[in-house]
Amino acid sequence: MIERQRYLLDFAISSLTRRRWKNLALAVIYAGMVFLFTSVVLFADAVRKEAAAVLKDTPDMVIQRNMAGRHDLMPLAYQGLIAEVRGVSDVKPRLWGYYYHQAAAANYTVTATPEFGLAENEAAVGSGVMRTWGTLGDNELYMRAYDGTPVVLKIKAVLNAETDLVAADLILITEAAFRRIFGIPAGFATDMVARIRNAKEALTIAEKVFVRLPDTRPVLKTDILKTYAAIFDWRSGYIIVQLFGAMLAFFIFAWDKATGLTGEERAEIGILKALGWDTSDILMLKFWEGIFISLNAFLVGTAAAYVHVFFSRAPLFEHALKGWSVLYPAFRLQPEIDPFRAAAVFALTVVPYSIMTIIPAWKVAVTEPDAAMRNI
Amino acid sequence: MRKSTLFLISITVLAAGLVLTVVIHPRLDAAFHQNAMENNGMLVRQLDITDLCLFTEVRYTRHLSQADLFSAFQETPLAFEHYPSGSMTRPPAWHNPIAAAKEER
Repeated sequence: MIERQRYLLDFAISSLTRRRWKNLALAVIYAGMVFLFTSVVLFADAVRKEAAAVLKDTPDMVIQRNMAGRHDLMPLAYQGLIAEVRGVSDVKPRLWGYYYHQAAAANYTVTATPEFGLAENEAAVGSGVMRTWGTLGDNELYMRAYDGTPVVLKIKAVLNAETDLVAADLILITEAAFRRIFGIPAGFATDMVARIRNAKEALTIAEKVFVRLPDTRPVLKTDILKTYAAIFDWRSGYIIVQLFGAMLAFFIFAWDKATGLTGEERAEIGILKALGWDTSDILMLKFWEGIFISLNAFLVGTAAAYVHVFFSRAPLFEHALKGWSVLYPAFRLQPEIDPFRAAAVFALTVVPYSIMTIIPAWKVAVTEPDAAMRNI
Repeated sequence: MRKSTLFLISITVLAAGLVLTVVIHPRLDAAFHQNAMENNGMLVRQLDITDLCLFTEVRYTRHLSQADLFSAFQETPLAFEHYPSGSMTRPPAWHNPIAAAKEER
């Protein structure tokens, strides 16, 4: 039984090598399609997992103040009112904002922090800032305050490049320096963060905060995690639009190739039938031809996608992720392939093609050998 | 050598190579990622970070989870989303709680 299948496989490979350029072109396009699809799946999965792992310690609740639908500065008096809600602990004001640096044409996130032992004229920066700032001289950042006065900050520390995924664009400074640069008056903060003692009560506590301070909007940790769980969702966004076009083009190409048997192929089937081959033998032969091409394309495409995403940091997606931004974090994603996803890609790519090749062969194989040979 | 033997050997080698890479490579990289994860976690705790630094184009893509309800219409109420990364992501979960609840079900 196995030997019979081996002979059929031998014949299938010989048959494919007789039309080698056509089949090679198909295999290359096929592998390219698998590569693209698998790259998207691997990249999106890895970013989502990274986000879930990194943001597990994010604040339980962020409370923003809204005015006319936009963020507004939050009076520090709110801190006490939020802390009075039962179940809330450790309410802290945050001071953070964005700084657009014209020389680099990039946006940076500036955060005030008591950490890192910074003096008022010192800053700690993410590695992306060092890469892109442009006018770095003597390890100093030249900034313009809200009133146009120049502010010079000495770079005391550069955050480890490993933290690029959360901190590439961060400029950390003291509260005094922050207020001097952005002109935020004393008694106000950008927003507040709070810890919640019992995570099950988070929603109720958020409602209580909202009732007590109706001009605020609490954002819960679960909302933050859900936002990143849905990021790069392959079912939405323009990733799927692009992929859909490419997949459609491939399937039209494969369908055309697989269903439009050439005169030579039809004659070959006729001869095989005349020589005594069964219809099942011919179907098996075509099945092996399909398996040969699709299995090779799947393995090569998947291996290339793995190398693309986890060894070379997905350079093909870089321009899409960058958009118009100058600063792009250079992060290394944690390599991992979800077996379920791999099985789904296999089922979506190998199975349809293998089936597609059998149907036209079956149509020819059930006709009389002489009709097939004469291409009737 | 028979063509089928060659095919079976090459497919087995390729598949085994792929499986070995998928199994071994993450282990070789584990120390780096463990370290990076600890450093990132520490920064998240120290600075109360809420978002990943993926898209630095505009404020509502830099801090996806903190964007206000009008983030898609930042410039004027009639402006459509025009930053490329805005079309790469979905709206925050809280933006449409009904759709989010449906998806969860």
